[in-house]
Amino acid sequence: MATEVRATPQQSDGQSREVLLDVRDLVMFFPLTRGIILQRRVGWVQAVDHISFQVYKGETLGLVGESGCGKSTTGRAILQLYKPTSGEVIFKGTDLTKLSPGEMRKMRRYLQMIFQDPYASLNPRMTVGSIISEPMQIHNLVPKNQRNERVQELLETVGLNPYFANRYPHEFSGGQRQRIGIARALAADPEFIVADEPVSALDVSIQAQIINLLEELQEQFKLTYLFIAHDLSVVRHISDRVAVMYLGKIVELADRNSLYDDPLHPYTKALLSAVPIPDPVVEKKRERIILTGDVPSPINPPSGCRFHTRCPYAMDICSKVEPRFVDQGGGHYVACHLYPGCTP
Amino acid sequence: MEPLLDVRDLRTQFFTQDGVVKAVDGVSFNLMPGETLGIVGESGCGKSITALSIMRLIPSPPGKIVSGEIIFEGEDVLKMSDDEVRSIRGRKIAMIFQDPMTSLNPVLTINRQISEALELHLGMTKSQARQRSIELLKMVGIPNAEQRVDQYPHQFSGGMRQRVMIAMALSCNPSLLIADEPTTALDVTIQAQILDLMRNLQAEHNTALILITHDLGVVAGMTDRINVMYAGHIVETAPTEELFANPKHPYTVGLLNSIPRLDAPRKEKLNPIRGLPPDLIDLPDMCPFMPRCDYAREKCGQKNPPLMDVNEVHRSACWFWDEVSLAGPTGKREGGVTANDGD
Repeated sequence: MATEVRATPQQSDGQSREVLLDVRDLVMFFPLTRGIILQRRVGWVQAVDHISFQVYKGETLGLVGESGCGKSTTGRAILQLYKPTSGEVIFKGTDLTKLSPGEMRKMRRYLQMIFQDPYASLNPRMTVGSIISEPMQIHNLVPKNQRNERVQELLETVGLNPYFANRYPHEFSGGQRQRIGIARALAADPEFIVADEPVSALDVSIQAQIINLLEELQEQFKLTYLFIAHDLSVVRHISDRVAVMYLGKIVELADRNSLYDDPLHPYTKALLSAVPIPDPVVEKKRERIILTGDVPSPINPPSGCRFHTRCPYAMDICSKVEPRFVDQGGGHYVACHLYPGCTP
Repeated sequence: MEPLLDVRDLRTQFFTQDGVVKAVDGVSFNLMPGETLGIVGESGCGKSITALSIMRLIPSPPGKIVSGEIIFEGEDVLKMSDDEVRSIRGRKIAMIFQDPMTSLNPVLTINRQISEALELHLGMTKSQARQRSIELLKMVGIPNAEQRVDQYPHQFSGGMRQRVMIAMALSCNPSLLIADEPTTALDVTIQAQILDLMRNLQAEHNTALILITHDLGVVAGMTDRINVMYAGHIVETAPTEELFANPKHPYTVGLLNSIPRLDAPRKEKLNPIRGLPPDLIDLPDMCPFMPRCDYAREKCGQKNPPLMDVNEVHRSACWFWDEVSLAGPTGKREGGVTANDGD
């Protein structure tokens, strides 16, 4: 299936790369209803609107955007935690959207998730050991008598003391809990992990520990990540390729270096210029593109290009015609009328 | 010039069932009129408690300001009666909180909330206060201020709410504004708007600002001077440029090295600070950063270092500050020390 050869700086081995996950025209609309007994549908929240991208085996695809842009919804819709409105999510040749709940449950061991909030995502009444062994039990992966051993092994892998298996989540700090969440994700021996803001609830010194851990595990277990975050510096550090979302659309997708060194979409440029840099000398000299206004509502998104209401380069056509998502060379995709091919 | 605010040996403690938490333990600093001071540190380091102590807003019990002086415009805030404190709180010292969702009252209109301080402190009539509220909303860049002023907080987005908070804080033209993580709950593009606004308003009104944040990027662009806090102590203080160029405390170095930077070449590995911050109950008399420090030596375990002069404007609470540099100790620490929380 993978016919394109896309060289990224880290993996330019010249071989065509295997597509692990292929998202095609994914749409996720949530109904807006009014009334208590007779619920009338009064509109849709257009959280994710016709997005397509591929994730290659062994890579980390970063998904960035501001709150409400649909990045978490995308992650959840891929894992079928929401039933997508339409579109296909093809994982190793199987379209996940067409699977029955039972079949999907069997697939889940290959697709795991790490959640943002390490306080809310662990059951406070279960011991760490039972939290981590639950996936093994559900998927019947490890014989019962070996599960404890495997739990201890996993705890060690994520940098925790194996002796912690009998403790409860409240006894741990945020960073340690996030490690437990990671151990749980690994317990099912997955191939693909959606990490939804895994470090944004953590302090900076702990963030770096978790990022390093995720990178080590990727190497060790040949994992593929979809890394969802709003922190552009973190995404740049961890990702091979990066997709930028705005109001339910992917506006730009490129390998890391070309996205950060040479951003094309005006939104990406504004986003990058808004990130404060921890260096007073650099900060003084920087010119910021300050966007006016807020992100419009996804219930009633702007016509044409969704960014045109805040875009400093907006032209007449932008409010009328939706730009196409076109490769500008070297796998650098952008959807903006400023670039050739994007105007249909 | 007289400092606007002079905090001397402030100690704020919380008396809990598990023991006494020394949240702020002997913090001293001062602030000149119009100056911007950053307070940086991780959760639990005491930066917010320092701010709340200045405002006399420590919930008591369990909290208590045990000792110290907070001299604001020549008077000790800690010796004032409740009425006296109330007369400066909001008028002379104003505060912006982290979460604009919870710090506005959801059942009152924006007008009521801004007017309250204007009527109370400046003695305005209802209609004057309303007029002033509209002006303030315009000043912080809220469109259709005439209509918006009668709306409720839920009708505003997060960024807009934070603008309302800033309008409220500046309504009485305070001489000191304390902003506790003012942009942490906001998206980067909105954060840029709010920081820009704060910078302009501060320059216009010559307000002194204490900016509390964990984001080194935010303080780099906003502040004149920075206090780095760790476990209830100020561990380093210096002018902003000096601190970033020449940090002299291992914790500051650790923080700077552990964050990925957007403008620097990408590193293969981040350099996290190993371990976890200490429990603030029953801290022994030793450097609180010692267990996580690469420079640690015997002396560090025997006595907690005081702030020592690096030069006239730069002070560090490290026994071995003259050895500390961004490059790390020679011969030690290469690449990422593998994460190793807990014991």
